[in-house]
Amino acid sequence: MASGFVIRKNQYYDSVFLMGVNKRLSQAEGVLQTAVLMGSDKNKQLLVDIGIGGDEITKANPNDLIVAVIGESAQVVESVLRELDHALHAFEENLSGPRIHSLEDAIAEKPHANLAVLSIPGEYVLREARKALEDGLNLFIFSSNVPIEGELELKELAAEKGLLVMGPDCGTSILGGTGIGFANVVNRGSIGAIGPSGTGLQEFTCQIHNAGYGISHAIGTGSHDLSDEIGGITTLQALEALEANAQTKVITIIAKPPGVATLALLLERIKGCSKPVVGCFLGARMETAEWGDTLAWAPTIDHAVLSAIQHVDEKQELAKLTLTNQERDLATNARASWTPEQRYVRGLFAGGTFCYQSQLILTEASIMTHSNAPLDPKNSLAHPDKSLEHTLIDMGDETYTFGKPHPMIDSTMRSKRILSEGRDPSVAVLLLDFILGYNASMDPVGDLLDAIFEAKQMKQQQGGELTVVASICGTDKDPQELDLQEKLLREAGVIVFHSNAKASLFCCELLKPVQESVS
Amino acid sequence: MKDKDQELLLEKLVVINVGVSGFADSLEQQEVEVIQVDWSPPAGGDEEMIDLLEKLL
Repeated sequence: MASGFVIRKNQYYDSVFLMGVNKRLSQAEGVLQTAVLMGSDKNKQLLVDIGIGGDEITKANPNDLIVAVIGESAQVVESVLRELDHALHAFEENLSGPRIHSLEDAIAEKPHANLAVLSIPGEYVLREARKALEDGLNLFIFSSNVPIEGELELKELAAEKGLLVMGPDCGTSILGGTGIGFANVVNRGSIGAIGPSGTGLQEFTCQIHNAGYGISHAIGTGSHDLSDEIGGITTLQALEALEANAQTKVITIIAKPPGVATLALLLERIKGCSKPVVGCFLGARMETAEWGDTLAWAPTIDHAVLSAIQHVDEKQELAKLTLTNQERDLATNARASWTPEQRYVRGLFAGGTFCYQSQLILTEASIMTHSNAPLDPKNSLAHPDKSLEHTLIDMGDETYTFGKPHPMIDSTMRSKRILSEGRDPSVAVLLLDFILGYNASMDPVGDLLDAIFEAKQMKQQQGGELTVVASICGTDKDPQELDLQEKLLREAGVIVFHSNAKASLFCCELLKPVQESVS
Repeated sequence: MKDKDQELLLEKLVVINVGVSGFADSLEQQEVEVIQVDWSPPAGGDEEMIDLLEKLL
């Protein structure tokens, strides 16, 4: 085994580009591990952790590109590092025209701009965000790892100026039909949405589109907005904006449980809202009396979709979330192929909201789950890489995304985990989500197919079958071609649903008899 | 007068994208006016130097 690295001084690239280079280099024969990253302190520690260190690495700064390779031989390492120039050259070729390097220059160039989108390392966000607000720009902050007190400062400053801060840690928004960040391509219509749950908001907008209706605006607030530290500043502003927006007839809020004080504040505001509001606060419990006249309570994203549609189309009936007889038969048949040892579900999610909602639905069916992002801290996994009995993992959690792109873009971590779950003889069901739309992987299903096939094969060698259940979050207008992605899954023997709640309910059906025999 | 956050829902978006260039590309695909900032950490990421520069400028 041999290792080596190169440092390119003052060559800064974003994480998505670095992932592309990393992927290209890691595919070379004889390569065991590669790391392509900028020289921040945290990244340098990651390198030390894999045995790459020394004076040169210590001296590198956050503007320096570091590429490290561990390979089977010195020749492999040398040839891979030589390949680096080709990868970087391909990037440079895509650049054309004069480049702008600062927010100030961009504002001078586009003085009529009304929105700044920030996706830079969290530690630099406050400086750039303050500048943008001072110049009258609304903000969409994709970056995470921004201190909560900094978020509060930004949101208070913005509210003072009548500006909106979507984020930090904001994955998606659709403003007037334009998708920002990870957003699906959906029809325009009269249903408005607000939410700190990025993938929850994405699935809501997709389901509305797929049911033949449309979205006026979907405003992401950032994952911490409904915490008591922030107090829902952006959510309340968004609510006011949608209330005043003529196109919007009903407003839906999709969120994990808000802070206690913030939920009370929000409910008071909703009571005074002149438009109907659908509240999907996943896992929050509340007495009917507290809802008020304007709030419709939705326990799942699917319920929120139906409730919102009912407000714009009275003919729509509120259906119960349930499985068809055909789906129940499918579950019975799948179960019949398992070995007696196979009894657990392993959920590997790109969407944090999906991980959360699945836990809720399984728990409701008395199926106790462990997670790295548990509903109840007592069900937290000791180590996120080591599953225990029924386990649902949020692969977008910081543990997995630190220094790496999100699993919606980069499938590497999820592929590896699918294989390790496939090896475990106690695993019966694999629950996955696939998220389409702008900025997501162009072939999310294709990225994981090899791993799914291999995991299924391993299970067959153990004498059983692996039941793979998936939900797809997407529309027929998304760039990835929804039909094709779904076809690929079905051809691979995967049982596909268009909602995470339905897929989770199907898992409950699969596991119910097993669960009963355990208890 | 309406707040700018309410205007944002009515106006045509004009975006300054700071960071991941893919976000600007997807906005361009949607025919949104967008300008890309090829951002890199100021002063080589040296916190003390950044603070000093901010005080001076």
